[in-house]
Amino acid sequence: MNEYTFPILYGVAVGVLTRLYLLRTDYRQYPTYLHGRTIHIALGAIAAGLGTIAVPAIMEKEFAAITFLALAASQFRDVRNMERNTLNELDQYELVPRGKTYIEGIAIVFEGRNYLVIFVSFFSTLFYLMWNVWAALVVSVIGIMVARRFMSGSRLKDIADVKYVKPHFEGAGLYVDNIYIMNIGLPARREEILRYGMGFILTPKNFNARTTIANLGQRQAILHDVSTALGIYRDSGTPALVPLAKRDLNDGRVGVFILPQVKDVEKAKAVIENVPVLESAIRMPAKRRWKRRGGGSDDA
Amino acid sequence: MTHEKMILAIITTNAENVAGGAPIFVCRTKEEMEQIATNLEAILDGIAHELSDGLFVIVKH
Repeated sequence: MNEYTFPILYGVAVGVLTRLYLLRTDYRQYPTYLHGRTIHIALGAIAAGLGTIAVPAIMEKEFAAITFLALAASQFRDVRNMERNTLNELDQYELVPRGKTYIEGIAIVFEGRNYLVIFVSFFSTLFYLMWNVWAALVVSVIGIMVARRFMSGSRLKDIADVKYVKPHFEGAGLYVDNIYIMNIGLPARREEILRYGMGFILTPKNFNARTTIANLGQRQAILHDVSTALGIYRDSGTPALVPLAKRDLNDGRVGVFILPQVKDVEKAKAVIENVPVLESAIRMPAKRRWKRRGGGSDDA
Repeated sequence: MTHEKMILAIITTNAENVAGGAPIFVCRTKEEMEQIATNLEAILDGIAHELSDGLFVIVKH
């Protein structure tokens, strides 16, 4: 026992609590199982330890110890690889796959959250050692709140309006509003599709959103989330019963066609509105600063 | 060589309109054509698409 024992224990505890708080099993159903959770809690504890130890190391002028943080960075990059590989493997057996963009998004989040844990632990211990446990408590709470803010990105409802439209057939073509989805030949299939199918039109709120919801990964994420939340009327070997999202080339609206097991318009609408906007799908063409012709700016 | 999409079978009531590399099933009636298309769809894990009245193709996606 020395002067650092309690600050370190406190820092690690806060770090692990942050990780636990961020590690919720929600409608995305991941990670669901005890072993998946164990891995992440263990890694969270390591991250918390690293963040915490950095403070006494600096105070003791042991600057070499800080290089451990570099080690931590490569360690957590492996976490990202691990998540990506696991989810990619699992994705092959999903009736409606998540898609690579969504998987990449989840993997990034897992890596990022470990860094958040490091920050929270670092500042908690720092304030404990510089002032007292109360200051540390305040900083921890603020830290967890900041981590939570970082964690939750924007939702689909922030960038697009969602409207229910009943799908219909024109000949063999399946349409949601005026957006062509696919060609269904068999009359029996058409009946099934009209009975179980639901259509939604996503109208982008601005030009940036138009490009974002056009992203194929973003569209796949929508289909996956709806299918997870409401079930899916589909089996292997029935490729005709597939949820699809197609785009209206004229105005950038996206027509989403889904086959949920629970046919509840309000629920489906709520699920679609709450689909996360994937980091890797976000495009901001309107943010580009146009270079004036002949101007001296060299941001190419 | 692998194909992203390909026509696995053609089912028609009008044999004069079709020819080519995929197996062709010529049927007498529309009902028979739909029946065969349903079966082939299930067997081949493809989708039955209607190209025109009396012409179905099974496509692997």
